[in-house]
Amino acid sequence: MGEFLHQVASGLALGGVYAIMALALVMIYQATQLINFAQGEMAMFSTYFAWKLMDSGWPYWGAFAVTIVASFIGGVLIERLVVRPFANAPVLASVIVFIGLAFIFNSLAGWLYGYSVTSFDSPFTGRPWFGAGYMSAHEAGSIVVTLCVLALVYAFFRFTPLGLAMRAAAQNPVSSRLVGIRVGWMLAIGWGLAAAIGSVAGMMAAPIVYLDPNMMGGVLLYAFAGAVLGGVDSPFGAVFGGIVVGVLGNLVGAYVVGDEVKLSVALAIIIAVLVWRPSGLFGRKLVARV
Amino acid sequence: MSAPILAVKGLEAWYGPVRALHGLDFLVEDGGVTALLGANGAGKTTILRALSGLIRRTGDIRFRGRPIGALATEDIARLGIAHVPDGRGTFQDLTVEENLRLGAYVRSDRQGVRADFERIYGLFPRLAERRRQQAGTLSGGEQQMLAIARALLMRPSLLMLDEPSFGLAPLVVAEIFRALGGINRQEGLSLLIVEQNASLALDLADRAVLIETGRVALSGPSQAIRADDAVRRAYLGY
Amino acid sequence: MAEPGRALGVLVAIAVGVFALAFPFAASGYHLYQGAQVLILMIALIGLNLLTGFNGQISLGHGAFFAIGSYGAAILMVKAGLPFWAAIPLASVVCFIAGFLFGFPALRFGGLYLALATFALAVATPQILSYNGIDALTGGSQGLTIAKPAPPVWTGLNSDQWLYLVCLASAGALYWAARNLVRGRVGRALIAIRDQPIAAETMGINAALYKTTCFGVSALYAGVAGGLSAIAVGFVSPESFGLALSLAFLVGIVVGGLASLGGALFGALFIEFVPNIADQLTVSFGEGAKALPGAIYGVLLILVMAAMPTGVAGVAQAAARALMSSWRPSHEKGGVNVAANCQGKGEAP
Repeated sequence: MGEFLHQVASGLALGGVYAIMALALVMIYQATQLINFAQGEMAMFSTYFAWKLMDSGWPYWGAFAVTIVASFIGGVLIERLVVRPFANAPVLASVIVFIGLAFIFNSLAGWLYGYSVTSFDSPFTGRPWFGAGYMSAHEAGSIVVTLCVLALVYAFFRFTPLGLAMRAAAQNPVSSRLVGIRVGWMLAIGWGLAAAIGSVAGMMAAPIVYLDPNMMGGVLLYAFAGAVLGGVDSPFGAVFGGIVVGVLGNLVGAYVVGDEVKLSVALAIIIAVLVWRPSGLFGRKLVARV
Repeated sequence: MSAPILAVKGLEAWYGPVRALHGLDFLVEDGGVTALLGANGAGKTTILRALSGLIRRTGDIRFRGRPIGALATEDIARLGIAHVPDGRGTFQDLTVEENLRLGAYVRSDRQGVRADFERIYGLFPRLAERRRQQAGTLSGGEQQMLAIARALLMRPSLLMLDEPSFGLAPLVVAEIFRALGGINRQEGLSLLIVEQNASLALDLADRAVLIETGRVALSGPSQAIRADDAVRRAYLGY
Repeated sequence: MAEPGRALGVLVAIAVGVFALAFPFAASGYHLYQGAQVLILMIALIGLNLLTGFNGQISLGHGAFFAIGSYGAAILMVKAGLPFWAAIPLASVVCFIAGFLFGFPALRFGGLYLALATFALAVATPQILSYNGIDALTGGSQGLTIAKPAPPVWTGLNSDQWLYLVCLASAGALYWAARNLVRGRVGRALIAIRDQPIAAETMGINAALYKTTCFGVSALYAGVAGGLSAIAVGFVSPESFGLALSLAFLVGIVVGGLASLGGALFGALFIEFVPNIADQLTVSFGEGAKALPGAIYGVLLILVMAAMPTGVAGVAQAAARALMSSWRPSHEKGGVNVAANCQGKGEAP
């Protein structure tokens, strides 16, 4: 029983990371109908940025905050400079551009920081006062951070004028323009936000999966699985899906197939959802427009 | 007589490679109402889209004397031109109140916005009742009111409406036109209305422009056009 | 009907062919091995291009089918004792079936979702291959070692030369088959499905059948390439078949030219030698140079999409045309469509 709870608890922590990444993917999907295949590499690069700051003497939370801001700015720049020119290109072209971006971030990190695996300190140490014995301090802290991020994002989109304008721009760009919303900038801010929350996911994941340029490949796959499961156009679905994938992955890994093939669980989820219910649990039914 | 709030000369517009408007001239008086009339497919909706910058257009378009033919849609909106498009353009998944807040998005005068909200809810009490409902669940008439209300919250100087009577019951249409007339008279809000329901539009308008296959067939004071039987039968079908 | 452009194309093909045939007698061990690798990659790229370039279906996971071909051939040779000329075709048939079956559900989602699903396949493949539940067959994380096939005595060739020529013959035959496919009715149907899927259906093309079969065929090509790779390299192990391989294939077809079969040769040369050169540069520039191939791939992917969607092959063809100043350009139809598609910036009414 204890082992089971431990798996569930750490599954929740991992699930939180996947949920944040899935949310970032959904934010971009809602605005652009595109999946950002470079999201994982961008998060990895942000995490290295944080690590570099801490290596130079910055305290953890200072580096954390600066990384989030820098990632936001980076996301905005990428949207304006790289993504915008392909706004009217066919889907295949955009996918290729995103893969190109992923390559660039991956090799940039490798060049700047080397390819050896590094450890990344967690700000949470010692025994947590709750869940003691079932999860580590980092896992507990990670869950708290995840909840904060999700709450902030929800509040932003629900209660602020800018959040409302961004939702409008994603749903109906033409009507948004007609009320004076600069839709182009809404897209850029969306990318910035996605990059910012992706960096949080990276920084929470790093103490668990260790820091190296290829750390986010698996995380991204789990995030994809979560987003597809929940519905790629539903933010709530993405979060729900991410958490389910985290817990399910752990349980299946521990009790069914063994830890080494957990990635195939993600693959199986993706294929199963796409075959049986392509719109995911909470997404809208996909309709092909003739 | 003051200068027209909107002066259009030689307006041409394209959908891709196809030219839809072939050099139109017309104007809207400051504080006046101009009706754009004509059959289905004549190009009336295209005119509004061109004025809002939603499609490629050329020509001399001046708003309060200032050329706007090269501006982006959102900048035209920010100048004070509110466009209620065909199909209403409401944000279906947002609530009534959120739709209205978007109308006020570009404004910075919070007091004014709050006062306007009161006024709008007074003008359209049904919207007040349904303020937390999703816009997509409203009836056609209520969505039209919502679209107009949202446009009014922009505090525009020129309100352009595309077929406000479309698909609505006569009583609802009468209510809407009454409201429009009231706003025009009391606040001097200029109106440019595209309508298939010619008699309704002619009652409200002081000028009328008849459009036929992307060209101006006839234009003049609405009184004159209403009185001219031949024109009415030929162009307006009644 | 001999247009100057076409004549130049034939000349180039003959030159390449002569060079390719003479190569094994002039070059030595390692270079021969590299030559074989280029041919192997070329086969895989032709397969992927049929699917993505001509039929418009994105696959980020063709490394998986390459792996099935490699492991399949290896298992048949090592565990069942089959000779390579039986093992590789058998493994390729398995790949065809796998591709066809994968193509079925893929029909329902298309586009972005297919990219997602194939991405997942690519990432999960190494883990599946090293799964210790099946390691009796696959050798687990150690993989399997395969003996290089011995050349028939009457040829007087050494094993490297023999291997190279086997690859050359396979590449030639598969290229020729693909070329005929693309220029015929089937090719036109595939392109129609890519560009106007709904219109194609209304013209009576069974899009579902074509798309799944195309998936199967492209998987078969990847499988042949994988099988040849198994005997060329001499061993198979899970790490060689990860995401990087699938993405390298993508880079190969983009740089070589989407919907250009000839471009596959250039693409293969590119993805074989760029990492090679980068490795050599690490001697002078240190570990950092390992990052170079990835950076080059990334920048090129974006630049090619922006500036020349038809890739190197398209640029070469355009240059040849300009050179000949022929008023009647001759080129594979696929290339023009892709260029038009990728540069399309229509205004919505």
